[in-house]
Amino acid sequence: MTETLIPFDEVIEKFDPALGLEVHVELNTNTKMFCGCPTEFGAEPNTQVCPTCLGLPGAMPVVNGKAVESAIRIGLAMNCEIAEWCRFARKNYFYPDMPKNFQTSQYDEPIAFEGYLDVDIQTAAGETETYRVEIERAHMEEDTGKSLHVGGSDGRIHGAEYSLVDYNRAGIPLIEIVTKPILGTGDKAPLVAKAYVAALREILLGLGVSDVRMEQGSMRCDVNLSLAPKGSGVLGTRTETKNVNSLRSVERAVRYEMSRHAGVLLGGGAVLQETRHFHEDNGTTSPGRVKSDAEDYRYFPEPDLVPVAPSREWVEELRSTLPEPPAVRRARLQKEWGFSDLEMRDTVGAGALDLVEQTIAAGASPQAARKWWLAELSRRANDMGVDLSAVGVTPEQVAAVQALVDSGKINDKLARQVFDGLVAGEGTPEEIVAARGLEIVSDEGALSAAVDKAIADNPDVADKIRDGKVAAAGALIGAVMKEMRGQADAGRVRELILEKLG
Amino acid sequence: MPEISRDEVAHLADLARIDLDDAELDHLAPQLNVILESVASIRGVAGDDVPPTSHPIPLTNVFREDVITPSLTPEQALSGAPEAEDGRFRVPRILGDEQ
Repeated sequence: MTETLIPFDEVIEKFDPALGLEVHVELNTNTKMFCGCPTEFGAEPNTQVCPTCLGLPGAMPVVNGKAVESAIRIGLAMNCEIAEWCRFARKNYFYPDMPKNFQTSQYDEPIAFEGYLDVDIQTAAGETETYRVEIERAHMEEDTGKSLHVGGSDGRIHGAEYSLVDYNRAGIPLIEIVTKPILGTGDKAPLVAKAYVAALREILLGLGVSDVRMEQGSMRCDVNLSLAPKGSGVLGTRTETKNVNSLRSVERAVRYEMSRHAGVLLGGGAVLQETRHFHEDNGTTSPGRVKSDAEDYRYFPEPDLVPVAPSREWVEELRSTLPEPPAVRRARLQKEWGFSDLEMRDTVGAGALDLVEQTIAAGASPQAARKWWLAELSRRANDMGVDLSAVGVTPEQVAAVQALVDSGKINDKLARQVFDGLVAGEGTPEEIVAARGLEIVSDEGALSAAVDKAIADNPDVADKIRDGKVAAAGALIGAVMKEMRGQADAGRVRELILEKLG
Repeated sequence: MPEISRDEVAHLADLARIDLDDAELDHLAPQLNVILESVASIRGVAGDDVPPTSHPIPLTNVFREDVITPSLTPEQALSGAPEAEDGRFRVPRILGDEQ
């Protein structure tokens, strides 16, 4: 089916978008939500299952207390109210990814509700705009098994002859976080969606409750989108694009659905309320199931589990364990370090915030720490195709290299060779300086001889300096540094040149 | 008086993946009504001051430590499966979409 896509600018002229985001997060508990099976990713199929998570007759679930604790901490970090009393419910549906034929979830009594998260986006003009995303609820449930569809042309469900199911993932604790409709974002809708998921991911990482690896599926995003005629103030019919599994894809999925909805609406049609599949390869979506009649899950309270009633003392105790919110921490560090907005944004964007902080803690100045991580080591990480934290150099080593520069033993140029040695695993910065013979030559005799040679080799430059054109000294300094294989203090070389020609 | 319509019974049968023909629907719908009426007699006893009860025992917060317990072996796990392949449960072709 070919879709009519309307250019984004025209969509914005004619429609108001409404966003809604549902994020599923797998907790990193040792065991599943209702049984003691391990949760480790990548195990052989059906090696982490028991009668409870297989739904065998007579098996009884028991709630993982650590998962409840994580759920409450997530709720608190999203500024939510925590329920005084709530129950689990059975969500009944027939699909072999849940061996019980129901998913144990929460229905009208979520553990956390009525919160918000403030997210920042950067406009094209380089300004920061803040949007408040209201949180409807965060509830506890369990993950499903994984199906492998056999016999279809592309491993997808359509056309498959049969399916193979691995229940290792079935029962892993899952928190579903649902926003209220996000209105008034206009042309920023794709950016706000992405920024929200990024901010949520950052919070979860800070809480230490999940691996939040979108590529491994431990964090998954469903994107709800609808359009309404501009200024009408109503909500249009929404679609739900499932399993959008990278930050970039969240932005692309919103953008694509906005253009597609506009195409349907401007063509006189009606948007079908349905789920959609997102295609990473080309950024489009395709129809899944129509929601209206299938949405009858016959929820009822789970009789095998007793209610969860977190005491206010426990909630306050957990609140006191919350880390500093990422945005607050960034503002504090920027002030402490004296970074400009641009320097801070670059540091965060490079994934260097923690590394710079640790380097400063190890004794380097903020500007030195930033310089090495962003200029030198980011480039290396890029070349190596790895994250900055995996570049092979620790914050302590960066601080040690800078200490060598500060003490005058090496200069910035030689420091780069020390980083070569560190990446190659040649030992500590001091050992590398010694082994590679990188120490700056402070032997005045050798330095003086090199300066004399440079003057003799470049008589016309020397004359210029004698005539008072001090700026010309750079050419001689370069010649001396070359002669000394970089192992000289450029400041001292300059002094010597000016002394000799002054 | 509770009243469950023939259409509602057909809808429930559909959700439960039970294939009922017209004769079965005609037969079963009134029977379900009899059951509902019997259960509804409880309403006559429970007044507005009696809240709906999902758990008969007033217990809350029964939690388990987050400690791993032994799982089944894959052979045990698959022993009750009508069909298995590559250590996985083999199920018939799935119609419709993933949840």
